[in-house]
Order: sequence, then structure tokens, then C-alpha cells
Amino acid sequence: MMQTRARRWAVAAGMALMAVPVMAVPLMVATGPTAAWGQGRSDLVIGMPLEPPHLDPTAGAAAAIKEVTYANLFETLVRIDATGAMVPGLAQSWTVSADGLSYRFALRPGARFHDGTPCDSAAVKFALDRARGAESVNAQKGYFAAIAAVDTPDPHSVVVTLSRPDGLFLFHLGAGDAAIVSPASAAGNKQKPVGTGPFKFDRWVAGDRVVLTRNPDYDGAKPALERVSFRFISDAAAQIAALKAGDVDAFLQFNAFEALPEFRNDPKFTVSVGTTEGETLLSINNARKPFDDVRVRRALAHAIDRKTLIDGVLYGNGVAIGSHFPPHRDGYVDLTGLYPYDPAKAKALLAEAGYPNGFDTTLRLPPPPYARRSGELIAAMLAEVGVRAAIEPVEWAAWLEKTFKGKDYDLTVIAHTEPLDIDVYARDSYYFNYRNPAFVRLEEELNRTQDAGRRKALYGQQQRMLAEDAVNGFLFMLPSVTVQNAKLSGLWVNRPVQANDLTGVAWK
Amino acid sequence: MLAFALRRGLTLALTAWLASVVVFAALELIPGDPALMMLGVNAQPDTLAALRAQMGLDVPPLERYLRWAGGLLRGDLGTSLTYARPVADLVAERLVVTLPLALLSLVMSTAAAIPLGLLAAARRGRGGDWAVLGFAQIGVALPSFWIAILLILVFSVGLGWFPAGGFPGWEAGVWPALRALILPALALAIPEAAILARVTRTALLDTLGEDHIRTARAKGVGRAAVLLGHALPNALLPVATVLGLQLSFLVAGAVVVENVFTLPGLGRLLYQAIGQRDVIVVQGVVLLLAVVVVLVNALVDIACAAADPRPRALS
Amino acid sequence: MTRRDPVSAVPVAVWAGAALVGLLLAVALLSLVWTPYPAEQVRVVARLRPPSAAHWLGTDHFGRDVASMLMVGARNSLAVAAAAVGLGLGLGVPLGLAAAALGRWGDELVARLGDLVFAFPAVLSAILLTAALGAGAVNVVVALGLFNAAVLARVTRGAALAVWRREFVRAALALGRGPLSVTLVHVLPNTLGVVVVQTTVLFAVAIVNEAALSYLGLGIQPPSPSWGKMLGDAQTHLFNAPLQAVFPGLAIALSVLGLTLLGDGLRDWLDPRHRSSGLL
Repeated sequence: MMQTRARRWAVAAGMALMAVPVMAVPLMVATGPTAAWGQGRSDLVIGMPLEPPHLDPTAGAAAAIKEVTYANLFETLVRIDATGAMVPGLAQSWTVSADGLSYRFALRPGARFHDGTPCDSAAVKFALDRARGAESVNAQKGYFAAIAAVDTPDPHSVVVTLSRPDGLFLFHLGAGDAAIVSPASAAGNKQKPVGTGPFKFDRWVAGDRVVLTRNPDYDGAKPALERVSFRFISDAAAQIAALKAGDVDAFLQFNAFEALPEFRNDPKFTVSVGTTEGETLLSINNARKPFDDVRVRRALAHAIDRKTLIDGVLYGNGVAIGSHFPPHRDGYVDLTGLYPYDPAKAKALLAEAGYPNGFDTTLRLPPPPYARRSGELIAAMLAEVGVRAAIEPVEWAAWLEKTFKGKDYDLTVIAHTEPLDIDVYARDSYYFNYRNPAFVRLEEELNRTQDAGRRKALYGQQQRMLAEDAVNGFLFMLPSVTVQNAKLSGLWVNRPVQANDLTGVAWK
Repeated sequence: MLAFALRRGLTLALTAWLASVVVFAALELIPGDPALMMLGVNAQPDTLAALRAQMGLDVPPLERYLRWAGGLLRGDLGTSLTYARPVADLVAERLVVTLPLALLSLVMSTAAAIPLGLLAAARRGRGGDWAVLGFAQIGVALPSFWIAILLILVFSVGLGWFPAGGFPGWEAGVWPALRALILPALALAIPEAAILARVTRTALLDTLGEDHIRTARAKGVGRAAVLLGHALPNALLPVATVLGLQLSFLVAGAVVVENVFTLPGLGRLLYQAIGQRDVIVVQGVVLLLAVVVVLVNALVDIACAAADPRPRALS
Repeated sequence: MTRRDPVSAVPVAVWAGAALVGLLLAVALLSLVWTPYPAEQVRVVARLRPPSAAHWLGTDHFGRDVASMLMVGARNSLAVAAAAVGLGLGLGVPLGLAAAALGRWGDELVARLGDLVFAFPAVLSAILLTAALGAGAVNVVVALGLFNAAVLARVTRGAALAVWRREFVRAALALGRGPLSVTLVHVLPNTLGVVVVQTTVLFAVAIVNEAALSYLGLGIQPPSPSWGKMLGDAQTHLFNAPLQAVFPGLAIALSVLGLTLLGDGLRDWLDPRHRSSGLL
């Protein structure tokens, strides 16, 4: 008797558990398209390693936000193209005053947001004022710091007045953070982005994909693709499997480097290895003993075998650097020969600095695989010269708080992905704790200088200064690796800004 | 009986409250700022302050906790700091992955375990019994995340039958979605089946020794009929009990297995939310998990108490 | 009924378990004095080699010798598990004994604390804790140790309560002995059997959980090798070096198998009436 009652209990509990998914089933309608291989297609599935936290490029630093939205959903006044050049975006043209303080933009007259409201000068003024205002949560608010006023002489003209010359102002207006958003919809952009781009937001299957569809009302050249899905797959084995199964047509920032030879040998795929702006560094706390001694920092530079590192971490798909500047940019100086791999020299320098038996230190590593793997190899290399680095893996939140903001660290590995960011060495409070008045003077001159030749020379001097001071261990440039269906054309090879501009992508 | 259930209810509320305090305190102490996390390395102090205000982080911790708890009493789990969406929505979205996953693995493990247990009991001491016990012993020893990796190796990498990870969503169709869940469910089900098979066998052998079974046998009821008709129904209670007790291990396993297969389930949501210092999401999910685990354990206890007049001898 | 019931066939299971655990211990000890190669020696040019005479189990993605890493990994795994179980014993057993001796409120308190700990699966609390304190072996020990303490407190309490009800304890109390003395003289020795069995099971659980945490990158840190981390690294190489994912998992599975066989065997030996259910 008692037993039967108990059994009824168990059965009831079981049924209650069963009922929930059963009720959910009617909601799961089968509508998904099945991907076909090859010709005549107008849909595209792109794979990316990381999912964006939300889709408002003006309110977050995560690169994934811009990699989905830039040029596809949202547009900027100035647009950065595949080569890194500044081309017309929402502004058809612009003029800059001789003193470099006044910029006049002529807007595309037909531009409209996806909700139908026109993208006129009022919207542009709203977007720029929002980005620089007191309430701004723009991750790159500094880009807009020089703006003194935004004026709208007529619906299709915008005049931006600066309080001081800013050589990179136009370039920064081309970043996703400067996307033009509508006063009517800005607040909801995180979940339902409304832009002016050739694609509009369709839906977001959290944890899996964001889907965009072609915007039929776009005023410019319409893209070839009707429907684009960004799928987020963080695991390397799953990335490879998805490509092979045709679940994704292309994978961007593919980081299973060991699998590249196989894809290169398969005629169904094309592999491209392009450039990014990511200088990967062994960052050193220059204020902390023993790293305040330049001999110790130089010893570290001699102890690191960049070739082995690039081989071990990137399977050879990376370019070594000798200072904080990308080799593909104008003004680059090759300084990779300054500290050749030489453990004996490293040991001698350490002995000279008073550490004949080396020392103990910590090496803090953020989550990306390049950092964790580089760190493991670097620790082994440093051990060869007597520097015993204890590895301390941390999450991003802790890295940002302790290392970047708190400057409480010895060594760390990190890629600096902002374009043209050598100026960070001139910042007093930056986490390297590098203070060199001569470098700051160079930076001040650079900000005043418009002449391209002089700017190049100044960049060269900055690079040499950083290399000679061995501020950080300069390792390599992060590559931008794309594995794609061979029948696909128009994907970016290089990544001059954080973006995956799909407007020119088509099936052959 | 009622008093007992009431007491368990009170305990449940107390546990849930303690759990939320512990989680809140833990995330308050861990280094990491969700606003800095969102705005990255070039964030300026004023933008960080603005975002913190937007996220409601500009008030003292105690007030924030009370605000959250107050919302909870009104049935509001709060809004995610990272995703800027109601936690209830996020959880619901993830539950359509985790719940079917858990259910599928439960179905798989019981579907395998009960016949195996029957086989072992029927063939007690013979080859079949030894094989089942061997499987049980080895199955328990296999960590589910390793099984997961091996399954990927064989069925995704080798044979290409199932995806190696990811989840297409139910709107892609029932079969594609189910296909993505089969390997993870199997990875969870194998150790589970091993435990259950053994419990079933033991329970069957125990009931086979009871008087009414002997009577049935004496009356001439066949061996198979006795096993299926009499012993099995009686053996199901201990099996259900163990199933309930295993739930928290299933939840833990799901966190790791969802990470192996990058499934957008509750476990992965929780794991990522901890990384992003999204206190509100972590609180909501942990609370939900704690309530489910405690509730199921209470149900099991009540079932046991009902079945066994000696009070709480098992707990 | 002449056939042997396999569950009561204690010697085989115990011997098999003891042999596996012995092997594990031997390998771990041997790694202190000898491994085929230094386990931390990186040689990128020789990476992902298949098993050969030079490298019995091949090399990993940095060219380290897998066999050597597994040997040192055994040592690390055992050390973490032993520390976690030791912490659990040190905290849990006294708590459980105290709960049983104090009765009512003390008992209730320990039971509720247990509920709180069990509401979070061990892996989850370990993830939270390592996020708070930082990743690393010590913090894994703390996280798993607290979980073990809760389990052991509960188990000890149950066993101790049973002892408290027995005649000889009543007799001792009647003779005027205090609760502390009764606990130490009568209760503790009679609960040890259960505690020993539970300890072997928890040891196995600790090995698996340590591996899971190291797999997630939260456990033992490189350059010191760990089985879980080896599995995590292997997962990105499933396509071009599938064997990498086999050996560390096998090491974990064999260790756990050995410990559970030993635990089950001990349970049957210490308490022949108890048919082990394979439950934790």
C-alpha cells in the first residue's frame, strides 16, 4: 500500500519532467534551409570563433560585434575598405580645412535606416553627440575627444569642428565605433540593431548564429547575397568538422592552424593568410624589479626564439616583429635583427644585471589560445636562461582588472589589436609602466604633423626607441586566416579594421 | 507527512537564499568589472562610470543584492549585464537545449540500464551477469568529458555522422537539432547507465527474494513473467531514487559536456557568465539549479519516506 | 545456487583494483626519479609524432614526450586528489562525529550545510572558487576538499548515529562516560570502515574532477603536465593526431576503475551484508 503510493509519486514527478519539453515541441517548426554545395546560391554561412555579447558597435569593445555589423548592418561616414584605404561611406565626399580643424561631409541623399526613417544630418549629429556625450558608453570615446561642435547647415551636410588637429580623425570615423545610429532606434540596437547598411537584422539564435537578410530598400549597390548567417563555433575540432561537412561556407579567424595543410590540399577549399593589426607582445611591467633594468629586458628579448614560437603557436603562419608596428603599414622599420635568439647572451646580460642564477617571476595569460600557447613556450624558453616564470592563467575580466587596469603583474602575453596604436607608449598610465619623455615628444610632434614623409620618419624613430629600450618582448603579428569554399569570392583577406564586409561577396 | 514536506519546503527556501548570498558575495569579491569587460582597453573613466550607472552597478553591493532579491520575490530574475536582456528569457532560451539534453540522456541511460539489469538478474552469476557488471564497473570509471571527446573522434571526425559541436536551434528542424544532442546525451548517459544497470540488478535480486515473489513462483508463474511482472515494478523505486540522487552529477556533467560540444545550454551560459562577471545571470542560473537539485532530492526523500515507514533512515 | 555471485567475489575485484592502484602509485613514484624524457622538455620540430621506439606514446603539440607527461601527470593527479581527500577527512569526519554526538540543532546545522554544498555540483563550486582565487592546483584542492568534507560529514554522521543507538554505547553512557570520550573510544572506531570505503570513492571522484577542471584550464598549470590539460590540448588536434586524446583519458579511466574496484571490494569485505550499488 505504502509502496504503491510512493510509486505514484515517482510516476507523477517523472511526468512533470516530461511535460515541459513536450509542450515546447509545437514551437519548434522546421523552417531551416538545407545548405547546398556550390552554384546558384545566394545565401552564405560564415563561421566565427566568438559570439558577440550584443550587436551595438557603439557600446562595446568586443571585436565580434563589429565583425558582424560593420558595413553590413551599420555604416560609418568614412568607410575603411579591404586595403585599409578610406573611401566614401554614408558621406559621399568630404573636405578638410587647411588648419585641419573643420571637416565638411556631404551625405548620401537616399540613405535610410531599416525602419524607414531617413539618415540625414540630424541623425549624424545625434550619433556623434551620443558617442562623445556625458552619457556615452562608447568603448572608443577617445576617438571623438577632439570634436568641439557638430553642425547641420542642411539635411545632407554635416560640419564637424575640432578643438585641435587630429591626424587620425578621419581614420577613426571609419571604425565601427563611429557607426551612425538613428535617434529612433539607438536604445534597442543591442538586441535589434537598426542601421543603414545593405543588410538588415533578421534574428539571433543565442549561442549559435546571427542571421542578416538583404535590405531591398538600400540606396547603394545591392549585395549579391540575399541571406547571411554568422555562426559561432569556438572549438577547433568543431570548426574543422563544420567546414568539412559544409555547415559553414567560410571560417574567419580560423585558429586550428595545424589543419591548414589539409585544407590547402583540398581543391574544394581556399585558404588565405592575411594581416591583422594585432601586434602580439610579451608585455613587461617596466616599473617592477627586475624588469626596470633594461639589461634584464634585453636578456628576455635574446631568450625568446621567435621562429620556434611562430612555428609552435601559429604553425609558421605569422610574421615576426621587432617593435610595435605592423610590417604591412607605411613607416615600418624592420628591427627583428636587433635581438637575435641567443641564450648565452641572455645569460650574460642577466649576470651583468646581478642575476647570474636567474630569478622567479610570474607570467599571466588571458584566455585566447595564442596567448596560452605562446605563454607555455615562452616559459620554457625563459627557463633555459634561468628565468623561472610561473604561469598564471586568468579570465578576461580578471586580466583587465588586475593586469591592465591595476598594472599588478610581471609578464603577460597579449595581442594589441587596435590599428596604429604605437601612441599607447606615450600614455603615462599605460600598463607597461614605460616612461620616456623623448618618446612622448615624438608623439606630440606626430600629432602636429600632416606631412606623410615626416610622419613616416617619426614612426620610424618611435619604433627604434621602443626596440632599443626593449620595452616589451615583441613577438609576432597575429595572422588573419580564412578557410573558405573555393567557389566563394570577395571575402577580405586582410583585416585593416575589425570587420567582415560582406557587401562584395558572391558565389562564382 | 505534511509536516515533513513543509519542513523540506522551508529548508529549500533557506538553501536557495544561502546559495544566492554565497554566489553574490563570491562574485563581488572576484576581481573583474563587467563594465570594463564590455568596454575594453581603451575605455575612459567617464564612459566606465556611465556604463556602470546603466548597469545599476553604481549603488552599494547590499542595495544591489536587496534590489535583486526584491525583484526575485516579484518573479523577476533581473536583466543580464552583458546581454542586456531579461535573465528569464536567457534561461528559457538555454533550457530548450539543456532540458532535452538531460532528458535524452535520462531516456538513453534508463533504456539501456533496465534491460541490462534484467539480463544480469536473470543470468545471475553467469556470463551475462559478469558482462553487465563489467560494463557497470568500467562505465562508472569513464569521465563523461573523455567519452565526449572519444565520441567526437569516432562519430564526427571519423564517420562524419554527427556534428562535432554547436547547436542549430530547434527552428532548424527537429532532426538537425536532435542530431546535435545525440553525442552529448550519449556522453552523459554512459556513466549513468552503468550506475543504473547495477542498481536495477541489485534491486531485482532483492525483490526476487521477497515472499510474494516466492509465492508467485510457487504458484507456477514462469521465471520471465515473475521478473517482468512482479520484480521489475517493485525494483523501479530504488532505480528512481538513484536517478534523483544522480541529478546533481548530471547537471555538473552537463556543464562540462556542453563546453566540450559548445552547446548553448544552461551550463555554458553559466560558465560564460562567470567569465563575464555577469552577477545577475550567475545568480539566476545557480538559483535555478540549486532549487531543481534540492527539489528533486526532497521528492526522492519524500518518496523514500513514504515507501519506508522508518523515518529518514537512508538520508 | 552453486554459481558464484560476481558481486560477492571479493578477492578478484580487490586484487584487480589493488593492482591498478599499485601501478598508478608505482608510476607516480618512478616519475620522481626517472621518466623517458624530461616531461617539460619542448621540441617544436618533433611535435605530434606517432608512437615509436623513441617516444612510446608519441609526442604532443609542443614535441613533449607523452609517456613522460603521463607519468608526471599521475603524480600530480594523485597529489591533488590526496590533498583534496585529506582536507575532506580532516574537516568532514570531526563535523560528522560532532553532529551525531550533539544531536538536534548541531545535527540539523551539519545537514543543512551539506544541503548547501550539494546544491552546487562540485565542478560548479570549483569553477566559482577558482574564478575567485585564481586557477591552480591549490585552489582546486580547496574546492574539491570542501565538497569532500560535506560528503564525509554526511556519511560519518549516518554511521555514527547508528553506533550511538547500539547497546554498548548506551552501556558506556550509563557508566558515566562523557560524549567526547564515547565518540573517541566507541563511535569513531566503528565508523572507520564506512569512512575508508567512502574515501576510496572520493579519491576516484577527485581524480575525475581535477581532470575536468584542468581540461577547462582551471587546474594544474603548465609546464607541470596534467591529464585533464592534455585532453584539452588534444581536442584541437583530433583531426591530425587522434591518439593524443586516447592516452590521457585511458590513464584517468584506469585509475578510477582501480579505485572503485578497490572501494567496492573493501565495502563488501568490511560489511558483507551490504550489496554495493555503485553509488557514490
